[in-house]
Amino acid sequence: MREITFQQALIEAMREEMLRDERVFLMGEDVGLYGGAYGASKGLFDEFGPERIRDTAISEAAIVGAGVGAALTGMRPIAEIMYIDFTGIAMDQIANQAAKVRYMFGGKARVPLVIRTSCGSGRSFAAQHSQCLEAWFMHVPGLYVVMPSNPYDAKGLLKTCIRDDNPVMFIEHKMSYKMKGQVPEEEYLIPLGQADVKRAGGDVTVIAISTMVQRALKAAEELAAEGIEVEVIDPRSLVPLDMESICNSVKKTGRVIVVHESVERSGPGAEIATRIMEEAFDYLDAPVKRLSGKNCPMPCSPVLEEAAVPQISDIIGAVKEII
Amino acid sequence: MALSKKDMVEMYRRMLLVRYFEEKVDELYGLGKIKGGTHLYAGEEAVAIGACAAIKPDDYITSTHRGHGHCVGKGGDPKLMMAELWGKKTGYCKGKGGSLHIADLGSNNLGANGIVGGGIPIATGAGLSIQMRKSKQVVLCFFGDGASNTGSFHESLNMGGVWKLPVVYICENNLYGMSVPAAKACAAQPDIAIRAASYGMPGQVADGMDVLAVYEAVKKAADRARKGSGPTLIECKTYRYKGHSKSDPRAYRTREEEAEWQARDAIASFRKRLVGKGVLTEKEAERIDNEAYEYIEASARFAEESPYPDVSELLEDVYVD
Ligand SMILES: Cc1ncc(C[n+]2csc(CCOP(=O)(O)OP(=O)(O)O)c2C)c(N)n1
Ligand SMILES: [Mg+2]
Repeated sequence: MREITFQQALIEAMREEMLRDERVFLMGEDVGLYGGAYGASKGLFDEFGPERIRDTAISEAAIVGAGVGAALTGMRPIAEIMYIDFTGIAMDQIANQAAKVRYMFGGKARVPLVIRTSCGSGRSFAAQHSQCLEAWFMHVPGLYVVMPSNPYDAKGLLKTCIRDDNPVMFIEHKMSYKMKGQVPEEEYLIPLGQADVKRAGGDVTVIAISTMVQRALKAAEELAAEGIEVEVIDPRSLVPLDMESICNSVKKTGRVIVVHESVERSGPGAEIATRIMEEAFDYLDAPVKRLSGKNCPMPCSPVLEEAAVPQISDIIGAVKEII
Repeated sequence: MALSKKDMVEMYRRMLLVRYFEEKVDELYGLGKIKGGTHLYAGEEAVAIGACAAIKPDDYITSTHRGHGHCVGKGGDPKLMMAELWGKKTGYCKGKGGSLHIADLGSNNLGANGIVGGGIPIATGAGLSIQMRKSKQVVLCFFGDGASNTGSFHESLNMGGVWKLPVVYICENNLYGMSVPAAKACAAQPDIAIRAASYGMPGQVADGMDVLAVYEAVKKAADRARKGSGPTLIECKTYRYKGHSKSDPRAYRTREEEAEWQARDAIASFRKRLVGKGVLTEKEAERIDNEAYEYIEASARFAEESPYPDVSELLEDVYVD
């Protein structure tokens, strides 16, 4: 199968959906001629022009809000917020408007809006350009939260999100854009709420999110050499969350570690661990462990940045502790 | 208070420090020695240096993601700035902030900001504090043309206008917000300064390539603010010489446009003026130039030789103990 980058996978997904449905369009800062801060819309401006690949002013509240309004009235917008850190500016439109309109209006409205944004550390961009904020959005009923970990998932999930009639936070890790992976030429979709077992194993379940999936896979490889078999599960969407796949794995292994880059306190791990306790307590042989970002803002200094998020060695350490 | 010869020489020196700092930073990023995000101020020196020369040491500024010029303008030490960019313990923020968050609180620089427009409400609040404390200080609030389209800009200028706060809002219009031309992003053309009318304050355009023109405009606005007559919006027309960031191919502007602006270089023309007026001899100007260059070289050595923070510092400074 051919290999393409995560960035190309996103471009293909948007391109195919724009060709399929003329109501789909993209707007955001520098998405046009520049091709997006992380190149995730390169070439689309040339093909579709400034009507459907719209550069906006630096106005995050209006970017999302215009997306809500356009979605309510028959369009299917993709709004790009350059960094997830900037969603703070658009939070009213995301959490009070996009997420709640349908419910408030008695189920009569639809908001088919995808908010694509980038997250994560790894480039020493410090506290306002490095966060993983998926938990903010998981907390708001009415939003879906999707975090792909490789090009194949990115493409299949983005296409599904564009076709979905609900508002979706589609969160891309900034260290993923150049990652290569196998992606078929033929069309495919990946449903939301379907976790993927990225590696099978019977000793410990590691539930990993976004780039932590790759780290968990490397850790699993090293551990396999020592005879420890790790099952790596990628939820792919945090809302909806595929508890069935997670519980099936817990039944097999009895031991679970949730690994994510976002800050530990009230992070996705808190939710996932609680759900496991509620739904699979009888199968647990040890308390569910969390391995996550430290409870501090992201520092600039490379040495501190590295210490702030789980590394492969930390995952190996956690597996050995729980076993 | 007119500018003394000494003041003008100091302005010239600081402009050079900024330029050499940016060139050095560009080089160090290119070599991969410094990581992180940085936005270079080269080309825009006249704005920060002219504006900061018009206020007193205990006045405040808020800065931006393109903040190195503001920091030097307010009296910051390039050594500590360079160490900060490098993520070293000796930097202004112990390496925790980096380029995007340099804050020299000791010189009342309330910090660079990673959020475009993020500093504008903060400047407004500092103005409110001055008014409530009756301290006679002023605030210079720097931001870009792109930032003038944020809600923060509009909400803050309105609040500042209503309360007549002692803030000088300084828009550094370098024609682009990343790749998007101001001409396409701002509905009202051709000047951002006209927006002042909506917020009950004077608006003025200044030549951002002329350090003395910026000085004059800011001086007048700061005097007005100090008297309690309220804020002013000053738009400085300027140009950033480098790409928005390291990977920017600058496809949105022409090389001819770049050359036109560089031909009006603010440092070269100020030097000519100083020598022409007899404030400096050619030889003195050259010596100041060399010293600035050497200081930046020394700053880079200082930063490189400084230690990284200890990992144990990661969880420090999150809260006041
Ligand atoms: C709220 C927010 N949106 C977007 C960005 C990404 N970004 C950083 S600088 C920049 C352009 C800013 O333009 P302008 O205000 O004109 O300042 P300049 O860079 O030209 O100095 C953008 C879009 C950001 N940092 N913060
Ligand atoms: Mg600009």
